[in-house]
Amino acid sequence: MHAIITATDLVKQYPGVRAVDGINLSIPQGICFGLLGPNGAGKTTTIEMLEGIHQPTSGAVHYKGEPLGVRYREEVGIQFQHTALQDFLTVRETLKFFERLYTETLPIDEVIELCSLTDILDRDTRKLSGGQRQRLLLALALINDPDLIFLDEPTTGLDPQARRNFWDLVKLVKSRNKTIVLTTHYMEEAYALCDEIAIMDKGRIVSQGTPEQLLKEHFGDVVLQIPGDDAGGKLMQMDIGAVPAGELFEIKTNRLHHTLQQLMDNGINLDRLRIRAWTLEDLFINVTGKEHKL
Amino acid sequence: MKKFLAVLHARNMEFLRDRSALVWNLAMPFMLVFGLAFTFSGDSKDLYKIGVVGGIEQLTQAAPKLPTTQHLQFISYDDLDTAINKVKHHQMDMLIDVSAAPKYWVNTSSPNGYLLERIIWGVGADKFERQVVEGAEIRYVDWFLPGILGMNMMFACLFGVGFVIVRYRKNGFLKRLKATPLGAFQFLFAQLISRLLLVVVITTIVYVGCDLFIDFNMQGSYWTLLLVTTLGAMSLISIGLLVAAHTASEELAGGMLNIVTWPMMLLSGAWFSLEGAQPWVQHIAEIFPLTHMISATRSIMNEGATLAQVMPDVWVLSLTSAVFLGIGAFVFKWE
Repeated sequence: MHAIITATDLVKQYPGVRAVDGINLSIPQGICFGLLGPNGAGKTTTIEMLEGIHQPTSGAVHYKGEPLGVRYREEVGIQFQHTALQDFLTVRETLKFFERLYTETLPIDEVIELCSLTDILDRDTRKLSGGQRQRLLLALALINDPDLIFLDEPTTGLDPQARRNFWDLVKLVKSRNKTIVLTTHYMEEAYALCDEIAIMDKGRIVSQGTPEQLLKEHFGDVVLQIPGDDAGGKLMQMDIGAVPAGELFEIKTNRLHHTLQQLMDNGINLDRLRIRAWTLEDLFINVTGKEHKL
Repeated sequence: MKKFLAVLHARNMEFLRDRSALVWNLAMPFMLVFGLAFTFSGDSKDLYKIGVVGGIEQLTQAAPKLPTTQHLQFISYDDLDTAINKVKHHQMDMLIDVSAAPKYWVNTSSPNGYLLERIIWGVGADKFERQVVEGAEIRYVDWFLPGILGMNMMFACLFGVGFVIVRYRKNGFLKRLKATPLGAFQFLFAQLISRLLLVVVITTIVYVGCDLFIDFNMQGSYWTLLLVTTLGAMSLISIGLLVAAHTASEELAGGMLNIVTWPMMLLSGAWFSLEGAQPWVQHIAEIFPLTHMISATRSIMNEGATLAQVMPDVWVLSLTSAVFLGIGAFVFKWE
């Protein structure tokens, strides 16, 4: 697949702080690419340089092989994390306003239907719920039928239902062969939507690949969880690497069959044993050394 | 053009639907005009104003006691016709020309002129040749109306545009627009035209509304008045755009706008005439667009000045509009 956008040796230096420290990215067309990282990792600065909002201190961003320019503004769609709209306009008027800023656009009715805005078209934009507002902001990002769409933490602050509805919308957009660059604080969101992720820390990309690849790379084992009240004493005496984790004991192993046999041989009750798969949350903590905080 | 019209329309809608701001923008100038018309309906001047052509020194030689007489204010003029016109409209009580054989002009319908004539006869000016002019008095309300409307326009233009752009920048709306193909000049020009239309329409409504009750003096052309008002508003809006071009702080913008508005409010001649003020004060006042707008509108309304006569003011207003808007667009920051 051809890269739709590339970043080469991207650096952003602020007085006393190097927010982005030599990022190289190549995002293929048609995928959903997730940019993850703890607060202050430099992901917003990186994404805003990719969007063309900020100029890099050094390095370059190319869209379809060209430096960012007027064509980029026409063909990119952006949903910022924090944005305001013109006051006193309805949803329909806001859509029409943005439609008129572009040379080529999708039919406005198509965008309205795609983003499920039909019922709120005549509502003042200041009176929208969080989910409705995010749908409108996505509609504005789609109005010029962009090939590349940036979604910067689009579901932050939404309730679980609205968040899942928004995921369905993003999947629908992606099915139209659009390229999506997503930043998010929610690991399950990244796992549900992204074909490829990059985890940033201290201005650098510390891990990149498909979620499955990365999990496989970083975690060759599984975790067995056994309630402590059943077998705590015995587990601690065994040379099996059991560690307390709240009310449970966890055992990491890459020889599942052998470990299970050891537990049975020592008379450990396995009725309430659970095998937990590693998640992106674990990966995040593993590669950044930080517990993820919402 | 499509982008420009989109921004223009959106901004107009935003303003017109903000009922409280709209009502305030209309009510404020009405209240000011009626309030001041009521307050200053009496004439409480305690000084007699005498214009002098030919210099005070010459006047001292012609009538040595006259310049030292108390309660007389002498104002030098270079142009005899301008000075005579002021006597004609009761803006000055008497004019003395000492550039040749001393003469004085007095308005036969002016009570002040009548009294002043008797005063100067008693201090050695009784031999000056008497000239008579006639003309109706320009009421104080006719004099201050252009100033009040100009002041109101200044606040509407500077704060109306300046604070709106700072708010847009602060809440991220400008950043959102930066992500579109909209250019800075298109955006700023649309803001300028939107505010210009609203200010000119509101000022016209206020003018017509007040005129129904007060019956203003209007000697000149309404078209010339409209042109000067429009250019004045453009110049003031351009200053607002320039002030708001860079900052995201409402406090800083407020401070900067105050720095611009206070000197204009005091020195542009809105409240009182600067005739007789120190020359350096008059030179400073010439810097401000509001001075030119008020001066030109007063000339048009009270003296019937033609477009050609106010052309210097028209040029200054056009030039300042272009310069401030150009610099504003150049230094404009979306974020």
